[in-house]
Amino acid sequence: MTAAGGLAALAGSHGVVVCCGSGGVGKTTTAAAIAVEGARRGRRACVVTIDPAKRLADALGLAELTNEPSRVEGDWPEPGELWALMLDTKSTFDGLVTRYAGSPEQARAILENRLYRNIAGALSGTQEYMAMEKLYELHADGRFDLVVVDTPPTRNALDFLDAPRRLTRFLDNRVFRLLMMPTRAYMRAVSVATQAFLRTISRVVGGEVVADAVAFFQAFEGMEEGFRVRARRMEELLADPDTAFVLVASPRRDAVGEALFFADKLRESSINVDALVVNRLHPRFGGEGGQLREGAEAVRARAESLAGTPLAPFYANLADFRQVAEREETHFAELAARVAPAPVARVPFLAGDVHDLDGLTAVGRWLFA
Amino acid sequence: MDAAGFCTQTRVLIVAGKGGVGKTTVTAAVARMAAHAGLDTLIVEVEGKSGLGAAFGRDDPLTYDEVELAPAIRARTLTPDDALLEYLEDHGMKRVSKRLLSSGAIDVVATAVPGIKDILVLGKVKQLERAGTADLILVDAPAAGHAVTFLTSAAGLLDAVRVGPIRAQAQDVMDLLSDPARCQVLLVTMPEETPVNEVAETAFKLEDRVGIALAPVVVNGLYPPCPGLDEVSVAAAAEAADVALLPGEAEALASAAAFRRDRMALQAEQVARLASALPLAQLRLPFLFTTELGLHEVDTLAAALASGIEAL
Repeated sequence: MTAAGGLAALAGSHGVVVCCGSGGVGKTTTAAAIAVEGARRGRRACVVTIDPAKRLADALGLAELTNEPSRVEGDWPEPGELWALMLDTKSTFDGLVTRYAGSPEQARAILENRLYRNIAGALSGTQEYMAMEKLYELHADGRFDLVVVDTPPTRNALDFLDAPRRLTRFLDNRVFRLLMMPTRAYMRAVSVATQAFLRTISRVVGGEVVADAVAFFQAFEGMEEGFRVRARRMEELLADPDTAFVLVASPRRDAVGEALFFADKLRESSINVDALVVNRLHPRFGGEGGQLREGAEAVRARAESLAGTPLAPFYANLADFRQVAEREETHFAELAARVAPAPVARVPFLAGDVHDLDGLTAVGRWLFA
Repeated sequence: MDAAGFCTQTRVLIVAGKGGVGKTTVTAAVARMAAHAGLDTLIVEVEGKSGLGAAFGRDDPLTYDEVELAPAIRARTLTPDDALLEYLEDHGMKRVSKRLLSSGAIDVVATAVPGIKDILVLGKVKQLERAGTADLILVDAPAAGHAVTFLTSAAGLLDAVRVGPIRAQAQDVMDLLSDPARCQVLLVTMPEETPVNEVAETAFKLEDRVGIALAPVVVNGLYPPCPGLDEVSVAAAAEAADVALLPGEAEALASAAAFRRDRMALQAEQVARLASALPLAQLRLPFLFTTELGLHEVDTLAAALASGIEAL
């Protein structure tokens, strides 16, 4: 299997593709290009994006956050389709609450709680969790052969793996659960220490905050199990062989460092990297199969030996790019070795941002050549 | 203005920018520039993860305890969890602080009062500022959209929490952020479409919501000029130099020259777009073709920064 064939095969065969990597490395574009490739292969593909640049969002018909995929017109072979969705964390969470609530009253009590609104809007990990939730939902609903998800740029790019577990842990919170117990048990269970502890919290952040939290956990009562089951199913989906992980990186040293870290973490979670995409590689100019085989140093020396002639700047410029390319190659090789035998795709520095289907197809030529 | 003047305008300088634009590199360069101007700097890293050490040739990660990265440059981390623990300990809650953390109750509190951790981090920065711990305190802010959240959380909290020590803390933080004599933000971007759009957006949000003073914007990664690529063709240059080129060589030289010209034109276009979108002076830093980032390169950037500041 050639490297490029590997990534194309992935768009053609897997049910779920998760694109991960640090911020600013071209994850969103890569995810969209993989979905386009799926559609080109006659699959019904949907891409879930987190925070696309505005013009790409416009090109995909994503004028605003939606909770439902919208169809992107294109010349796909039957029965190929392309759909896209820009994740709306809050309404995805609301949908989940409504689904698991025992009654409309319970759902309303939760949705109106101030703590809940903060969880849905600001709790770290919620966006990751909801990206996974949306992925799970779209995968399960049977309308799509391929769901590609872009992961949020976070401090720790692995947050999305832990997110379901972290949220269930949050919802399980023991201190607050003690307060939810019926009155008499409450008297026994809430020890003096716990009361002191809650008083402390009240003193620092105000009693309202504690009251909101208690009200939230009371309203949430009985729903934790549903969330736990859901979280377990998401973990199963991530571990399923039908789910592929694509690690996206750029060849800068810091980005490569993060990608290496990421690859190790995935392995610790028993997840293989199924493909590696390295974006924004500088070209080497004439180095591939051409006659100009010397390294940057030799080219630099040539520039110096020609100093004063009009040819010198041309060699100096070539030496500059050779030097960058060699450095990037070292980083690239290290990363490729770490994820071996995963296929790798190289995408060169492109002239501008990708804003339309033609641009995505152009990226695809490098990804799936 | 000279480098010393720039570095002493405010004691706190917050460096912010989207991932991949070189925020940490710029932080290192500002610290070196300050050191060369005879000032001592404390770098505060708030995410607990940074390539800052590498820029100074160190492999070990930064810690909560200060380390000296170079003469007159110290650095430490100050993560939200660090700040919270320290706050609790300072407020006579040392005994319960461990339990707050281990029980997860802290997550509930932090969620119930969004931004509380950011406020505690900035509150600690304020404390360091008041203690005069260094001539310059450089805060390596969280990446991307997190930076706006980080800097606007105090304003949000003042609306949400009516009384108590946290409100007082938020007020202190607001006082710091909105005082142009004490604090300013140095935004970093790259001459590319998305980073330019984002930096302009961030700048306006910070100005509108926090009223924070903005330093000139740093444009990082500009290809330095390579004069002589435009005047003649490769073939004419070879003839003039009396050099016989190998097969393929002319094409490689010409396409490399064209690539540089094209990218420089694109970069110039983005720099101009930034200038019209964001009425801030620009400090331009070169893309470094030659080597991996290390102290030598940081110094090159520090020098470029200093000459940009002198030209302001």
